[in-house]
Amino acid sequence: MDLRFSPEEEAFRTELVEFLGAEVPPEMEADYDGLDLSPEQFEFAGAFDRKLAAKGWLCMHWPKEYGGQAASITRQVVFNEEMGYRRVPSRSSMGINIVGPAIMLYGNEEQKKRYLSAIARGDTEFCQGFSEPNSGSDLASLRTKAVEDGDSYIVNGQKIWSSRAHHASYCWLLARTDPEAPKHKGLTTFAVDMKTPGITVRPIVTVLGSTHFCEIFFDNARVPKDALVGEKNRGWYQAMGTLSFERSGIGRVASSRRALDDLIVYVKQTQRNGIPLSQDPIVRQQLAELQTEIEVARLLCYRVAWMQSKGKVPSYESSMARVFGQELSQKVMRVGMKILGLAGQLLHGVPGAPVNGNVTRGFLSTISNTIRSGTSEIQRNIIAQRGLALPRR
Amino acid sequence: MDFDLNEDQELLKKTAREFLTAECPSRLVREVEKGTGYSRELWEKMAGLGWVGLPVEEDLGGSGAGFLDMCLLVEEIGRALAPVPFISTALCEYALIDGGSAEQKKRLLPRMASGKLIMTPALNDATLSFHPGAIECGAAKKGGGYVIRGAKLLVPYGAIADAYLVATRTGGAGENGITLFIVDRNHKGISVSPVPTIACDARCHVQMESVEVGRESLLGREGDGWPLLKMLLRRGATLTSAEMIGGAQAVLERTVAYVKDRVQFERPVGSFQAVQHKCANMAGACDGARFVTYQAAWLLSENLPCDREVAIAKAWTSDAYTRVCLDSHQAHGAIGFTKEYDLQLYTRRAKAAELAYGDTRHHSEMLADLMGLGVSKSL
Repeated sequence: MDLRFSPEEEAFRTELVEFLGAEVPPEMEADYDGLDLSPEQFEFAGAFDRKLAAKGWLCMHWPKEYGGQAASITRQVVFNEEMGYRRVPSRSSMGINIVGPAIMLYGNEEQKKRYLSAIARGDTEFCQGFSEPNSGSDLASLRTKAVEDGDSYIVNGQKIWSSRAHHASYCWLLARTDPEAPKHKGLTTFAVDMKTPGITVRPIVTVLGSTHFCEIFFDNARVPKDALVGEKNRGWYQAMGTLSFERSGIGRVASSRRALDDLIVYVKQTQRNGIPLSQDPIVRQQLAELQTEIEVARLLCYRVAWMQSKGKVPSYESSMARVFGQELSQKVMRVGMKILGLAGQLLHGVPGAPVNGNVTRGFLSTISNTIRSGTSEIQRNIIAQRGLALPRR
Repeated sequence: MDFDLNEDQELLKKTAREFLTAECPSRLVREVEKGTGYSRELWEKMAGLGWVGLPVEEDLGGSGAGFLDMCLLVEEIGRALAPVPFISTALCEYALIDGGSAEQKKRLLPRMASGKLIMTPALNDATLSFHPGAIECGAAKKGGGYVIRGAKLLVPYGAIADAYLVATRTGGAGENGITLFIVDRNHKGISVSPVPTIACDARCHVQMESVEVGRESLLGREGDGWPLLKMLLRRGATLTSAEMIGGAQAVLERTVAYVKDRVQFERPVGSFQAVQHKCANMAGACDGARFVTYQAAWLLSENLPCDREVAIAKAWTSDAYTRVCLDSHQAHGAIGFTKEYDLQLYTRRAKAAELAYGDTRHHSEMLADLMGLGVSKSL
């Protein structure tokens, strides 16, 4: 047992922290969940992705032949941890984590040429076209149809909860190409140009007041056949088996740690009832409890990364790290709001808002954390059924 | 980064599991509860296997194993609920190794390593706090030695231990002026009274009326006992966490087996999501506890700074074990709250372990200090 990072990994951490310190001005730091970027931050994120790409860090986990560094899982942990802690706004996670690796495995040469280097440079952005109004946790029941017609497919249907579809160049679409087959066996993946006639994007305003998630409507959108990636009707299986990248959720845990550190600064600077809040025994207990749980979350994530680095495929272990980290991100904001008291209602940007209104934003933005990309309920089912071998019925 | 145990450690765990499964059935745990709270036979067998001497160097009859190895063994002890003064004796061994004179080590450690001399920490005064300021029991110089006056409460295995490691105050306040002594249980002036406790684990109040001891009883330097005691408390919190992760894992496994087997409405109750999610929460509590505990144990093994990690381990694991037991009761339904069913053996010990060497509140307060919130004025 040795729970340290290697000297090389620590040297990389130092280099990265210095780089972020020099290149990310405080006003460009995102909210804790990166869901509420201002137009200026959004612009900055695009430019910053290209800077990361120039360093070779944007897609460091990719093989070298596609512009990556074949970085180890633990090095990716370091990267994701520091990026999460510094709340660096980002635009390209879909392309580098999902689309790129899938195209490497299943795409043809022409597709590799067209997409991979553009993604690696931070020059093109994908949105995800998976969820539908009636297909959330039960994704394989999706109904958006792609019907062959000459040299094209005609796509009809509706996608929803697609992150930043209103800014994306392409949609990574999962559509039904065989309505007669069992539900997992009739799905196909397409890389669809968002400028295709018949595609309409409508941003969804969330409780936070931001427009991160979108609806995408496909109304007889004609998609050329060369947009099909991999094998027809194998889309479900292709989506399940992409290249291994660090997916423990450590970035979110680091962001929670940052929120805690911001709260620590606040309670030391703030007097209430004649004493600093940091001397209030209840506040001390609450913050220590958060610190403890953040450490638990961190180690649950490290376990997942360690399994991946040994070539093992994490199963319930990732669900455990995720559900713990997701729920903790909400708890940090809940506890933070209680500590802020009456001033906690002041919004981001309002003069005098404690912690710059970030805890207030986080209180609202983290609501989605236990829902998007696998609800807590689904994660617990996986822990119980795969991890503890409890029967499905 | 490497979470793996090495081959020797895996073997130690496996051997301990097999031994304790055979030698420490719940029948023994129940029998011992009615008597002294301690099984001499089991203790002697464990000493015979060399386990009691694990921390002690080879020249003095031990095997000089690392602290993480100790934690792995204690994890199995927690799983089997083994009624033996293992943690108590180990903590005293470590204190002697850290602060004992050559003469003390030679006189005491070989007998301790062989299981013939059981020693237990006698730390708590009237306030039952683990903060240094709570130590009130006085020791005053007299002739060439000292005279100790006071009471130590809830001493683990107080009636069967051969000697106590007593924390006293020879002056000062807080961390200053703390002095440690090793005192025989049969020493003149000592009276021991067992107190019934939730875990039936042989705790005693130890009254000391003018107990006169010589200089050879002093452990470390007069007035400078806090660093030794602080180290003992770190190890105590970590070993107790290790005991708890063993117990919690056993409770989880028992619960999963039960809900798979128990049929209602023509299906196993473990197929209902309400039950599955409870089990998933228990699994998260157990895995989290294991990693924070191993982290603290590993840091202690490597002599790396560990105050923060020890506080986190004990704070989380203390809550987690009790929570796992209570969730298990709910998942078991009525059978789980009977005396006949073994779950109650764990639940009662979970509560006792939660309180030992600082509960969640205590360690959270320590952590708040380490997080830069300043030392609380309430201490």
